[in-house]
Amino acid sequence: MNKKLYVARSPRIAARKLGEEMLVMSAQGSTLFTLNPTATILWQAADGVTALDEIVERRICPEFAVQPEEAKRDAQSLAEELAKHGILLVSEEPIANPSPAFQEQR
Amino acid sequence: MPGLAPQVENYSVVIAIGDVAIRLSTSDEKFLHILHNRYAGFVSSDTRAEFEFEVDLLPPEFNDLDMDLSVTRRAGEWVLDRGDFRAQWDPTTRRGSIRQTANPYSIDAVLRIVHTLVLAKQGGFLLHSASAIRNGKAFLFAGVSGAGKTTISRLAPPDATLLTDEISYVRKCGNDYVAFGTPFTGELAKLGENCSAPVAALYLLAQGPQNRIEPVAPANAGRELLANMLFFAEDEELVRWAFDAACDFVERVPVQRLTFMPNTRVWEMIG
Repeated sequence: MNKKLYVARSPRIAARKLGEEMLVMSAQGSTLFTLNPTATILWQAADGVTALDEIVERRICPEFAVQPEEAKRDAQSLAEELAKHGILLVSEEPIANPSPAFQEQR
Repeated sequence: MPGLAPQVENYSVVIAIGDVAIRLSTSDEKFLHILHNRYAGFVSSDTRAEFEFEVDLLPPEFNDLDMDLSVTRRAGEWVLDRGDFRAQWDPTTRRGSIRQTANPYSIDAVLRIVHTLVLAKQGGFLLHSASAIRNGKAFLFAGVSGAGKTTISRLAPPDATLLTDEISYVRKCGNDYVAFGTPFTGELAKLGENCSAPVAALYLLAQGPQNRIEPVAPANAGRELLANMLFFAEDEELVRWAFDAACDFVERVPVQRLTFMPNTRVWEMIG
């Protein structure tokens, strides 16, 4: 990964962790997604100001015992895939008005 | 010039479903009778209403049955369009109008949509499910067409009060969810009783070789609840409300899979 990437949760989605699964609904197309554990960690950490590399090193690698370089490649693919569905915003610059830290609703 | 303008009689009926009273006004007395018959049991004797609609009747050729339903919000006003009706409703003034031919089906669709819009803001929803009250508690039986909503309704014992065999009305009241009877019928073509009770469980229906109840993981419960909710509008705010309502419901109300054989013994497990 040459350039730093930043990721932020899209403001146009609604999300809730039910049990162990994160459900995300696109408010625009009323499409429902279920995030896998890696995507859930990435989505929760996507505050717009923490670089994707940093999220991988601090949050994903310790959780899944994977090599950083491989994990970074996978995370970039995953972020781009989530961005295609309108779930994440991806930018080479920090993203203004980042989403507040994700808190599980109760 | 006073006295020369034709006098048009205006008739109205207040239909209260889920404690939400909607007045329908028409200049056609025969249509008023259609409404009284269609919503018998849900016609309120109280003349006050939260929402008011003028119904403008059109000739039969107005129907275009190939046109899909569209529910959109324009400048704060909801516009409901289908081949057999066109309705406008301003939630702020609480008034609206409906143009349709003289039939009970179009008005039924409009009422369902208006109730989903009203309920969504309050954390409630309409659900493709049968529902019944037993021992003071309401039970919902959700599923797509063919899952067994009509069958479970037919099998209900005499001490169960049927709220609907097709569309359940669920409202959030404090921290609880309450199910109300509806006149929205399925194959039984029998109006639900106009009463309510706190929801004790939502059963996701499946027909099988034995009667059994199994737990459903919360995320699956949320997905299936969302799949069975009536939802008409492509509107971001409404999508959020519906999503939040579904998630909140499954966190508060037990959701279980009910596999059953078509005999009355299934009701021994309910209530």
